[in-house]
Amino acid sequence: MSADTQDTFAFSAENLQQAKVILAKYPSDRAASATMPLLTLAQRQNDNWLPRAAMDVVAEMVGLPPMRVYEVATFYTMYNLKPVGKNFVQVCTNISCLIKGSDDVFKVCKKKLGIGNGETTPDGQFTLLEVECLGACVNAPMMQINDDFYEDLSAETTEKVLDALARGETPTPGSQAGKRVGCQPAGGLTTLTGGK
Amino acid sequence: MLHDKDRIFTNIYGIHDLSLKGAQSRGDWDKTKDIIAKGRDWIVEEVKASGLRGRGGAGFGTGMKWSFMPKEDKRPSYLVINADEGEPGTCKDREILRSEPHKLVEGALLASVGIGAHVCYVYVRGEFYREAQALQRAIDEAYEAGLIGKDACKSGYAFDMYVHLGAGAYICGEESALIESLEGKKGQPRLKPPFPANCGLYGCPTTVNNVESIAVVPEILRRGGAWFAGIGREKNTGVKLFCISGHVENPCTVEEEMGIPLKELLEKHCGGVRGGWNNLKAVIPGGSSVPMMTRAQCDVALMDYDGLREHGSGLGTAAVIVMDQSTDLVRAITRLSAFYKHESCGQCTPCREGTGWMWRMMERISAGEAHVDEIDMLENVSRRIEGHTICALGDASAWPIQGLIRHFRDEMEAKILAKAGTHADAAE
Repeated sequence: MSADTQDTFAFSAENLQQAKVILAKYPSDRAASATMPLLTLAQRQNDNWLPRAAMDVVAEMVGLPPMRVYEVATFYTMYNLKPVGKNFVQVCTNISCLIKGSDDVFKVCKKKLGIGNGETTPDGQFTLLEVECLGACVNAPMMQINDDFYEDLSAETTEKVLDALARGETPTPGSQAGKRVGCQPAGGLTTLTGGK
Repeated sequence: MLHDKDRIFTNIYGIHDLSLKGAQSRGDWDKTKDIIAKGRDWIVEEVKASGLRGRGGAGFGTGMKWSFMPKEDKRPSYLVINADEGEPGTCKDREILRSEPHKLVEGALLASVGIGAHVCYVYVRGEFYREAQALQRAIDEAYEAGLIGKDACKSGYAFDMYVHLGAGAYICGEESALIESLEGKKGQPRLKPPFPANCGLYGCPTTVNNVESIAVVPEILRRGGAWFAGIGREKNTGVKLFCISGHVENPCTVEEEMGIPLKELLEKHCGGVRGGWNNLKAVIPGGSSVPMMTRAQCDVALMDYDGLREHGSGLGTAAVIVMDQSTDLVRAITRLSAFYKHESCGQCTPCREGTGWMWRMMERISAGEAHVDEIDMLENVSRRIEGHTICALGDASAWPIQGLIRHFRDEMEAKILAKAGTHADAAE
């Protein structure tokens, strides 16, 4: 595991309540099942990264040796084991995005942010990461920023989204091409034309 | 041709009211209590009669799978819904989660009655945070309205449903890895047997079904298995969500009849191949794990399990990836090789080591730095992985490469020869 820069972690009062809700989902003798959701909760509280101190707190809560929790935290790619930027930009470059121009999207991100894959801007505002398929393939190319998907991107719209974030705004997620909201054909509906 | 009246997902584009009230106005949660009253056996028989086959890729009969669940067992039974959608090209379950979540909640209740489960976990991939929120809203609404809970739909049946978020591991889409992950461990597949129906979550009888398989159940039970079985072809019945990405004019997700000709699917809903049908180079018809097909095969291919098997490919998740003449196929498949290398869980040696070898060889070929013989060596390596691992990820890593070699070996050779040519020029 990478070197930590944070020695302590404690759940907030609100998240302790949330942790109870999570633990109640599983049989009482199966608290280990709550490991992943509790790690996620800890990471979300901790500026989107997971220090070892947080893993130890989770291990205590689910009654597992810390090593079992480290194993989980290092197996799954969504646990960030070092600090990430306020805007965590994840660009899909898998096949559907690749053939629809994810090279351009990734290039714009690198140029605009002045960082490479896996790096964070010095001001801590952006982290850039190339990722595997995010499951929005009919809206390719796309990127995920924190919890939201930005889809149907071009070099221009990618730049616009990053500019807006740099200004502290939250651009509207979804298709950026202005022709559709979701996964329907951009040329107009071919099914379900009756309404309701 | 499929008419709107036979479409199940009438709000798949999310343009209508997403609330419980909106869902009810489209027919969800209609007479659910009466269906529950018909009992476990009736539900399983009706789903069997519909011919529904699993929509997650393997295509196993859903009713048959349910019938494997033990009836007299002291252990609790579980329904686990696989919403760990991550097969490159696939984005259909996402639409159900965010636009049709009530179909999934109602389906989960009815499927649970069918297998004798009182608890259902939905394992949603961690990246689908917004989609998980949408599903949770629907679950909360259903609890609030008494549709699920201690006395679901006032039927006397107790049913609880929980969302569990993953954290970015493709392998957890494999059912036994998903169960491991749900138990709080690394997502590494289990050896089978025992199968989940005997020994699944917490060592208890468990059925794992794909989101789409569960979400179509209420409509099948309301309209009858015969209705569903009357759509599509024999052994390939019903309606299906297709997600078409890549080089078509209008990429989209659309519900169609099983067995629809590929060409019709692309031309009717997607505005056709960019630059016309003759500009088509290859199609991956069922997500990244199935072999690609050539244009000649695409001319005649029917989009169902058996129709695509005839062409040496498969329906998989019905994620259709369309590639026109501008596509560098060698690079595209190299990207997939990098994906499988990244997602191998590391448990079985042929996959852990082999996916890395194949990726490095594909990189060499892609850059033109390999020898022509290495294509045969690559094929050989792929055969040593295929069939030699606990789960199907090994097979899935081998098939795209085998498909490339089978149909487009000349493109691989051309890259090598072009580079060799420049070397020769330099030497002169």
